[in-house]
Amino acid sequence: MKDEVTRDERVSNLKGLGCSRKRVEDARFTQGKGNYIDDMNLPGTLTGDFVRSPYAHARIKSINIDAAMALDGVVAVLTAKDLEPLGLHWMPTLAGDKQMVLADGKVLFQGQEVAFVVASDRYIASDAVELVEVEYEELPVIVDPFKSMQSDVVLREDLDPKAPGAHGPRKHHNHIFTWEVGDEEGTNAVIDDADIVAEESMYYHRTHPCPLEPCGCVASMDKVNGKLTLWGTFQAPHVVRTVASLLSGIEEHNIRVVSPDIGGGFGNKVGVYPGYICSIVASIVTGVPVKWVEDRMENLMSTAFARDYWMKGKISATKEGKITGLHCHVTADHGAFDACADPTKFPAGFMNICTGSYDIPIAYLGVDGVYTNKAPGGVSYRCSFRVTEAVYFIERMIEVLAIEMDMDAAELRRINFIKKEQFPYNSALGWEYDSGDYHTAWDKALKAVDYDGLRKEQAERVAAFKRGETRTIMGIGLSFFTEIVGAGPVKNCDILGMGMFDSCEIRIHPTGSAVARLGTISQGQGHATTFAQILASEIGISAESITIEEGDTDTAPYGLGTYGSRSTPVAGAAAAMAGRKIRAKAQMIAAYLLEVHDDDVEFDVDRFVIKGAPERFKTMGEIAYAAYNQAIPGLEPGLEAVSYYDPPNMTYPFGAYVCVMDIDVDTGVPTINRFYALDDCGTRINPMVIEGQIHGGLTEALAVALGQEIAYDDMGNHKNATLMDFFLPTAWEVPNYETDFTVTPSPHHPIGAKGVGESPHVGGVPCFSNAVQDAFRPFGNRHTNMPHDHWRIWKTANDLGMHD
Amino acid sequence: MTKQIVSMTVNGEKKEVLAEPRELLIYVLREKMGMKGPHVGCETSHCGACTVEIDGKSVKSCTMFAAQAQGAQITTIEGLGSPDNLHVLQENFKEHHGLQCGYCTPGMITRAHRLLIENPNPTEEDIRFGIAGNICRCTGYQNIVKSILSAAAEINAAKEAAQ
Repeated sequence: MKDEVTRDERVSNLKGLGCSRKRVEDARFTQGKGNYIDDMNLPGTLTGDFVRSPYAHARIKSINIDAAMALDGVVAVLTAKDLEPLGLHWMPTLAGDKQMVLADGKVLFQGQEVAFVVASDRYIASDAVELVEVEYEELPVIVDPFKSMQSDVVLREDLDPKAPGAHGPRKHHNHIFTWEVGDEEGTNAVIDDADIVAEESMYYHRTHPCPLEPCGCVASMDKVNGKLTLWGTFQAPHVVRTVASLLSGIEEHNIRVVSPDIGGGFGNKVGVYPGYICSIVASIVTGVPVKWVEDRMENLMSTAFARDYWMKGKISATKEGKITGLHCHVTADHGAFDACADPTKFPAGFMNICTGSYDIPIAYLGVDGVYTNKAPGGVSYRCSFRVTEAVYFIERMIEVLAIEMDMDAAELRRINFIKKEQFPYNSALGWEYDSGDYHTAWDKALKAVDYDGLRKEQAERVAAFKRGETRTIMGIGLSFFTEIVGAGPVKNCDILGMGMFDSCEIRIHPTGSAVARLGTISQGQGHATTFAQILASEIGISAESITIEEGDTDTAPYGLGTYGSRSTPVAGAAAAMAGRKIRAKAQMIAAYLLEVHDDDVEFDVDRFVIKGAPERFKTMGEIAYAAYNQAIPGLEPGLEAVSYYDPPNMTYPFGAYVCVMDIDVDTGVPTINRFYALDDCGTRINPMVIEGQIHGGLTEALAVALGQEIAYDDMGNHKNATLMDFFLPTAWEVPNYETDFTVTPSPHHPIGAKGVGESPHVGGVPCFSNAVQDAFRPFGNRHTNMPHDHWRIWKTANDLGMHD
Repeated sequence: MTKQIVSMTVNGEKKEVLAEPRELLIYVLREKMGMKGPHVGCETSHCGACTVEIDGKSVKSCTMFAAQAQGAQITTIEGLGSPDNLHVLQENFKEHHGLQCGYCTPGMITRAHRLLIENPNPTEEDIRFGIAGNICRCTGYQNIVKSILSAAAEINAAKEAAQ
């Protein structure tokens, strides 16, 4: 028998937890062999394309499809009238509202889907779109949510103005919901009596996730076997299957939904869009596959936007800087239909984590949702359910409070952090934070950047600026965030009523390799690499021998998909739990093979050994073979397990970020000289993948803070519907980031992992914004709204008299 | 619309297709020649996912008519390496985690390939400027820049060794 490899070598061969394993996905992507939705080419596929509304609010007087239908190659033109007999002209949204699939009587936002053309190729479909004649009668347009609440104009004529909405009574015919958490009376009393109170209003502008691959699908109805197959850019394929079944009446077992490779999601691909429904209908009508892939302009105009929160805050403190209370009110512009991706019990998502990382004894949050003539949606763009808005709000309120008290903002944070010994911590707004060690992280971050030195440098620069020796000023952006991820416990998190558990099913093959299928779907996060690492450590089979499959509802167990950093906290936990079931059976097999009692063997890396006699063992490979080839008394053959994991709580990763920025006050151009990001996501599965996620999330944060905005004019015209006008940073604008970490495992997650993908975005936006605003603080700035593009930065300098 | 025959050399192979004058090169490459590498991200030349090399230049194939490529030499990501013999850039993107969702990757690598021919010893700044026509939404570019720098070093080392 050949020499035994050492234990260290066995650990290394596993490529399990903590190893920067190279990604298995990359072989196909680097060679152009990915399989994205537009790569699907089934024989005879027809192309679908939309006629869209040029107006933001208009009544449709007539639609004439004759000229379009007369064009060679046009197979069908669907309007709301065609969908109505099927009950498909309206669809439920994720937020309990309903949305027009094709404009029914009137249009409510520019770019709204009015008719669906089906043709033999993309060029003919485009020609036919031009030939559909729609007569509109323009109606008054409302783009401001505050005006909407005063206006006599009824946007949603389909709703009874007096009837309650999905989340309780409505105050006005353009009002969607009021959502309140916390103790308003108590909070007001504390704030009224406080030594210090800082107030601020801020607008978190409307933006868009804008994944590089737009949304699309291929629907194929096989009339021979009655099966509908839907391939598409779906972040939650099983939910799409359920919705497709409920809408179409086709039984769920006759629907197969497949998410192939997805070119980025960031929340944009969670919802169900009219293109999916129309493609399904068109395939049922024509009996051939129908493909719909939107272009970039359609993506920016009509698929789910993000943010658009008008936030008003009051924060109170003692003279020493201890925060005593927090009051927040939000006016949320949800556009024409409330299609927010939020658990239905939280109509404004996790905005109620707006107390952030601080021990705030009493707080109140109120949110009013409002309809306007803008595109619907409201996705959690690289964030879980509005935590981005919450963290921006509290991190701005801290800065404003520091200004009010003439205090250092880093010190103000330190005084108010929840202490390590307070975890698990119950927040004033009802969450239980699982674990944290904020002071250690903050001290490490400030030390790493030489915070005191930076402040001295900044003071010298201010003096030099005032002496007229320089035209650049320096900003130090701070943010400390606590995330709320891992949606989530079925008791309080759902999509369309489906509880948000997740799942993993593992089959070990006789030769000791395995396949594991999960209810999630990667959009670039590298699941095929990292989930195999979790399983390698749990089961003792090398990650190289484990295939991970996701995204095919015919094979994967039911799961709620990938968004809100929930894959690791929920599906990752399901994988670990399924792995433990495998291991429990393997232990019995090993004990039988070694002729000892179950309790006499223990797991060691890749085998079971007899306690006290490590030379007597059975490897997982031997155990797998025996499971299929040997009759073991009391055990079924085979080695398989499935776990549906309902997490007991969310996970709460956190982080400390510092941005050092120069600003040219004459051009308004910011230059990022340094960005330090410390993340604590609990147990680290693959450090390389984590770092990559942090770089990407920070870059999307930079975009949002420094330039990206979906803007409308007063007529509801969309002003940024191409990449010419919508800022996506290139390599030229983006700095190198320094990453760092601490590890505070989640006490309730099987492997202690918390999730990380959206943390850098959530923490990054306030950090970039604070850097800009901090640069102007010595010149009298209190708060300016994002996005801090060159014009707005220049204007801030101008308003502060710095150009005089 | 009247179609015409367009001939071009794609990844070393002579190809002839029947295309309308208005057909964009990207769709002809993807749908008539079976290239899945070049992707469509914006159709306005901003994102670079459709980047291919035409007669020695990096070109956004989403804003060029196929008819304009008559007689051209075109290289797509499919022409850079094979599964058994990856291009050094493909190797380095894998090694340095220079991609996540992979949608920008073929265009990014194709552009980087031409960049390194134009400038075999690029600085980090040269690379950042040189790939500024290719947008990535996932990586934040840091590892892409690292991948290209590392590939340049490897190519240069191989050249030196050969001399």
